[in-house]
Amino acid sequence: MRLLKTSEIQSTFRAKARVPKYILAMLAATVLVSCSGPAAPVAGHPQTRAVAASASEIAIDGSPRRLRLVTAEQLHNTLSYIFGPNISPPVAFAPVTRTDGLLSVGSSFAGVTASQLEIYQKTASTAAIEIVNERNRNFLVPCAPKADDAADDACASTFLASVGRLVYRRPLAQERLEEFVTAAGDAANRLRSFYDGLGIALEGMLLSPRVMMVSEKAEPDPNHPGRERLDAYSLASRLSFFLWNAAPDDLLLKAAASGELHTPKGLARTVDRMLASDRLQDGMRAFFDDMLQLDDFKNLAKDAQIYPQFTGLAVVDAREQTLRMVVDQLVVKDKDYRDIFTTRETFLSPSLAAIYRLPTTPGWVPYEFPADSPREGLLTQIAFLASHAHPGRSSPTLRGKALREILLCQIVPRPPANVDFSALENPDPNVKTQRDRVAVHLKNPVCAGCHKVMDPAGLALENFDGAGQYRVVEKGAPIDASGSIDGKNFADIHGLAQVLHDHPAAPQCLARRVFAYGTGSPASTMPQAELAALYKRFEAGGYRLRPLLRNIVLSDDFSSVHEDVPPTKTAAASVQ
Amino acid sequence: MPITRRRVLRGMLGGSAVTLALPLLDCYLNTNGTALAAGGKMPVRFGSWFWGLGMNSAIFVPKKTGVGYDLPEEIASWKNVSQHINLFTGFTAFRDGDPNLCHYTGWVINATGQSPAAGGDKPGTTLDHTISNQIGRTTRFKNLTVCCTGDARSTVSYESANAPTPPDASPLNFYTRLFGPSFQDPNAPEFKPNPRLMVRKSVLSGVSDEIKGLEKEVGAADRQRLDQYMTGLRQLEQQFDKQLTKPDPIPACFAPKELTDDPAPGAEVDLMGVRHKMMTDLLVMAAACDQTRIFTMNYSSAQANTTRTGFEKPHHTTTHEEPVGPSGYQEQCSWFTRRAMEAWAYHVEAFSKVKEGDGTLLDNCLLYAFTDHGYARVHTLDNMAAMIAGRAGGKIKTGLHIKGEGATTARLGYTVQRLMGIDVKSWGTRSNATDKEVGEILV
Repeated sequence: MRLLKTSEIQSTFRAKARVPKYILAMLAATVLVSCSGPAAPVAGHPQTRAVAASASEIAIDGSPRRLRLVTAEQLHNTLSYIFGPNISPPVAFAPVTRTDGLLSVGSSFAGVTASQLEIYQKTASTAAIEIVNERNRNFLVPCAPKADDAADDACASTFLASVGRLVYRRPLAQERLEEFVTAAGDAANRLRSFYDGLGIALEGMLLSPRVMMVSEKAEPDPNHPGRERLDAYSLASRLSFFLWNAAPDDLLLKAAASGELHTPKGLARTVDRMLASDRLQDGMRAFFDDMLQLDDFKNLAKDAQIYPQFTGLAVVDAREQTLRMVVDQLVVKDKDYRDIFTTRETFLSPSLAAIYRLPTTPGWVPYEFPADSPREGLLTQIAFLASHAHPGRSSPTLRGKALREILLCQIVPRPPANVDFSALENPDPNVKTQRDRVAVHLKNPVCAGCHKVMDPAGLALENFDGAGQYRVVEKGAPIDASGSIDGKNFADIHGLAQVLHDHPAAPQCLARRVFAYGTGSPASTMPQAELAALYKRFEAGGYRLRPLLRNIVLSDDFSSVHEDVPPTKTAAASVQ
Repeated sequence: MPITRRRVLRGMLGGSAVTLALPLLDCYLNTNGTALAAGGKMPVRFGSWFWGLGMNSAIFVPKKTGVGYDLPEEIASWKNVSQHINLFTGFTAFRDGDPNLCHYTGWVINATGQSPAAGGDKPGTTLDHTISNQIGRTTRFKNLTVCCTGDARSTVSYESANAPTPPDASPLNFYTRLFGPSFQDPNAPEFKPNPRLMVRKSVLSGVSDEIKGLEKEVGAADRQRLDQYMTGLRQLEQQFDKQLTKPDPIPACFAPKELTDDPAPGAEVDLMGVRHKMMTDLLVMAAACDQTRIFTMNYSSAQANTTRTGFEKPHHTTTHEEPVGPSGYQEQCSWFTRRAMEAWAYHVEAFSKVKEGDGTLLDNCLLYAFTDHGYARVHTLDNMAAMIAGRAGGKIKTGLHIKGEGATTARLGYTVQRLMGIDVKSWGTRSNATDKEVGEILV
């Protein structure tokens, strides 16, 4: 692999792709918001000082080949697709460290602890027992043994070869299949049950590192001498876990086996089938759950005394509401990505209706907020408002930080160690609102640099309390939700929503995250010129998600791979 | 033909039980009940206990040093257990010019003896794993880690830099893991191993071969991850072996009553207290039943976001925003710290209530408590406090207050390792490097 200097990339890129320099500059780096001065410039703004997060050398030939941990949800989806929705053991794998904004990227680096293996074994055992039990075996095992209480190698082989291909995501080697058949036979004879023996062999399969991890294999690329590409089955897995959040189905494996995936037309045909599948909704739910950091909802709780409406059910439903809205807008309705910041369309459940102070309707129903409603887009949904707030009050700083880091891909540095905000606990009875209270951030030069980029966005959301409920006053004082972000002024939440909608960093951020999610590598390790070109096509196509996905998976850089270059500390470090 | 254990077990696989009713103390224990008949001493267990956000020296640090130290306001709850606790104050986590990574640098130095250079620098192997690698390989669980926040991301335990130990966050699940169907009660009159276990174990060798095969296909960093996979697999085999072996009777072991409900989610302090009590009770019996010899309790996380019902700010935010009150300290912050110290007192007392041999389980434990900061309001790394409870099998004295006079906190970690039988000549790096035990507590 040859590495190019950033300047070389820019030169090459200018010659070939004709992408404006500003796009390249913004995409070539994980943008850092400098907090060293009292009023730091911000990415996306004309004053922006974009800083290359990675080293000055960037790989040019595709993405690193990865060994990724399969997530609990991916295993769940895979087993459900193979064996039906009833076969889904309760699974909770160990959390991984969010890396470059994504858990999915963290799974490429996360280790495997002994307790995780214990969980794998229990999961494998539970699933295997369920699959071969009396209730399911007649539907899920495609043959009947000669006797229920003894080995039957032929039937075991039929079942294990079929299932093995799907869970290993490639055909099982004959030798390994024979080992599984032997294990099933031995166990059947010892336990005096064909199906228990089959279950033991299946348990062994599911415990394999080739099942619980996605190992990508490379081969020489005949179309690009000197370069490597994913082998067909690895490409099938990369496509499938990316777009469907599950292992490849039978057709995808057939496309890999036939060589179709390595032809431009064949690949396009397969990708179009995948993009048209209902499974794309599952895949994009998983992506946005990761990008929007909704996993925080696993541990979200509010003070029941201060926010009695914010029940445990509301926590679950708030996450679901945002995912439903995003998938509906971007996958079902194929809308402009930026519309998620301004749409009034959403879905409601009874537990959320209480917080939105709307009439209750049983179940989930589509709902459109009226034009005079303060609710508009993602920022005004309970999921964003409540998860970036304290258990007992709102937090302009947490909300502003989340907006910068999650939606614009900017990194706000850690606070200085000697922080002392005791002035925030201001006993002055005239200080009633968060705006007045956090003003102290801006008076202290050490704090002001970062807080000037976080607090204004958060203050614009002060019409919503820590549980996401609308309010116009705080402790009797009217709330001022006006502000300015990156030189754009606004008077209220509607103005903020529009500013975010029009902010160039928002769709760029999505493009970065989608590419990183699909390849399992920090975006900073990607070929920046290719990223920039992808973004330009995203922009030209009206910021539609499906074409973005299509362009990514059909690009050479999705299927071209090289050995991993350890990520720089900046790229790998999580701010979590 | 000799009758071996394996032969017996194979014979049982048809499902028949083997009844091994044995008079407990007569057969397996000496007359004092202090050692197994085979001659082995009662094992010494090591437990870590972590709380976030330090303390306030003015109301935490006793005036008196040595034996019989006084109990200032923040540790008044120790009145029934202070005789079991060595309190260490005035220690320093040296960062030697590295940035002060708030709520991170302090505990990492405590747990590894090394200062992280950046937020992306994850700790290497933490103290608990260093010890369990040495003495944890014979029990069903090499080590156990739990948390009281309900958040499985709350951990100060790392197997290696990329492998934080996920804590058990649900008492209900933790109960099932420990004392559910897989538990072999050592005092049960009947021993009936699960016939599936033997055949289940047989498929593990195939998995092992797959790991080795995959290792040939990946780079060095991923090979290390596969090595971890292999280590986990070995631990599984160890668990199966344990379950297939008739355990020696243990008089102190009583399987706890089955749990049926988890506390509600959230980091509200009363809920955390309930979780802490449930988790402590389970850890006590896990230790008493020799299911593990190493465990870690994360009471709160670093940068603790513990909340108080009706109070709008979590603990961490309060440390920065609450002014010093008329009493001379941050009263709400101290309220949170006191709840943490009450939990620590419960933890220590729970181990002291189990009789083991001619003493208590606590006598055969070494419980090490540490935190992330000295004075959390301004993130100090000096004047840090830590505690060691239990007598480590008679190797240490307890009930002492010892001032560190600015010495590195790594001395405590070094002392702990030496006491747990780790032959380490020195520990820590740069200013945290030490080869000096805290001699005052040694017998």
